[in-house]
Amino acid sequence: MSIPGAGLGKGLAVTLKTLVSPSITQQYPDVAPELPPRSRGVIALREENCTVCMLCSRECPDWCIYIDSHKEEVVVPGAARPRQRNVLDRFDIDFSLCMYCGICIEVCPFDALYWSPEFEYAEYDIRDLLHDKDRLGEWMATVPPPPPHDPNGEPSKEETAVAKRAGTA
Amino acid sequence: MTWEIVLRVALVAVAFLTLPLLVGQTEHKVMAHMQARLGPMYAGAFHGWAQLIADGVKFAQKEDLTPREADGPVFRLAPAVALLPYLLVLLVIPLGPGDLVGQPLDVGLFFVLAIVGVGVVAVLMAAWASANKYALIGGLRAAAQLLGYELPFVLAAASVAMAAGSLSLPQIVASWRPWWLLWQLPAMLVFFVAGLAEIRRPPFDMPIADSELVFGYLTEYTGLRFAFFLLAEYVGIVVISALTAALFLGGWHGPWADSVGWLWMLLKTALVAFVVIWLRVAWPRLREDQLQRLCWLILVPVALAQLILTAAVRVALQ
Repeated sequence: MSIPGAGLGKGLAVTLKTLVSPSITQQYPDVAPELPPRSRGVIALREENCTVCMLCSRECPDWCIYIDSHKEEVVVPGAARPRQRNVLDRFDIDFSLCMYCGICIEVCPFDALYWSPEFEYAEYDIRDLLHDKDRLGEWMATVPPPPPHDPNGEPSKEETAVAKRAGTA
Repeated sequence: MTWEIVLRVALVAVAFLTLPLLVGQTEHKVMAHMQARLGPMYAGAFHGWAQLIADGVKFAQKEDLTPREADGPVFRLAPAVALLPYLLVLLVIPLGPGDLVGQPLDVGLFFVLAIVGVGVVAVLMAAWASANKYALIGGLRAAAQLLGYELPFVLAAASVAMAAGSLSLPQIVASWRPWWLLWQLPAMLVFFVAGLAEIRRPPFDMPIADSELVFGYLTEYTGLRFAFFLLAEYVGIVVISALTAALFLGGWHGPWADSVGWLWMLLKTALVAFVVIWLRVAWPRLREDQLQRLCWLILVPVALAQLILTAAVRVALQ
């Protein structure tokens, strides 16, 4: 059995409590937002890590990654024959199509793609949202360092590999 | 003597122009923080203090529209009729002890109640002259509401007049005693609730219920005329708060009343105005039938019982 008018009192109590507790509004353009450390803002490219394996481009659900490349011969002194290597000509991400799923970053076997928390790259023209490899490379400076290893977790693959090699050798 | 009257009227006019803006700004901020927002932050650089001035400038720039089918002169006159009574009411509300009042009037309370009732004429003028179905429905709702709530409003005020044995507002405040808070408590609640309904503030904003009537009798108004109606609403808050403070909360009574009595009056008025804003944020709108039920089945009987109680205590005391 509830008391008649209890709801009215409750409404007053809730609003009064909200009045005296700090407001949650963020003054965004004046005050930069405090984003979580691994925020998904924009995708950065470390060009020298890219081997043009095309995995990112193929896995992209929106097909918003465009890659062009050519092969170059590298003459290694002492080798029997010249080696071939892929050279990246074009690496574009169309952020007007991108849905920020991060599959390209997950799938990259050579750590060439990273999440950067920067998000203020809106444009007046939708075509300007196509970031080329230089623009994507500029975002690398804003990529935060990876989180430290969990002290209670298993040792990293690299560490165990080194230890194993040292033990067997 | 003449310059004194001019000074008093000028001061009342200043209060008429500043206090509603203060209440409006407080409403912006209080409502925002009650909803975990910040409210206006840009106008005037410091916490949006100039927001209402900016709004006023905006209203003044807007086109002054009169609908083709509208009854022009009545339509244009209605905002002034809505605004003027409150200005006149402010004239007789005592601010402090002695003659710190715009114009001491022996029948002050009678004058106040009569002139607040003019509000219904303004609403009906706006509603009928708009030639708009929403305005008409809103206006008729407002008329039913204002006429209904006039009764408990007057009865509650009569109770305190009977207790003080005077119709003069300064006289009523002067004879107020702290124990009246308890004795006149039902009358105070009835007066406050009926006052809220008189100025059509939420939860009694059925006449302008924007979810069903667009904006009720204000639907066709734009620009400065609309601003006048809004101003009338906020002056209404000031008037109802000041009347509640003067009649039931002891006006300028308080420690050091002789020197800072006016401050007590302003403080009490501000407190009641805060409650008015608070109720708007916290409570949902009353449906039309609930609204009439509250008036006739609760407020009127309570006010009548209070009258009997007041009379009994008065007789017992003599």
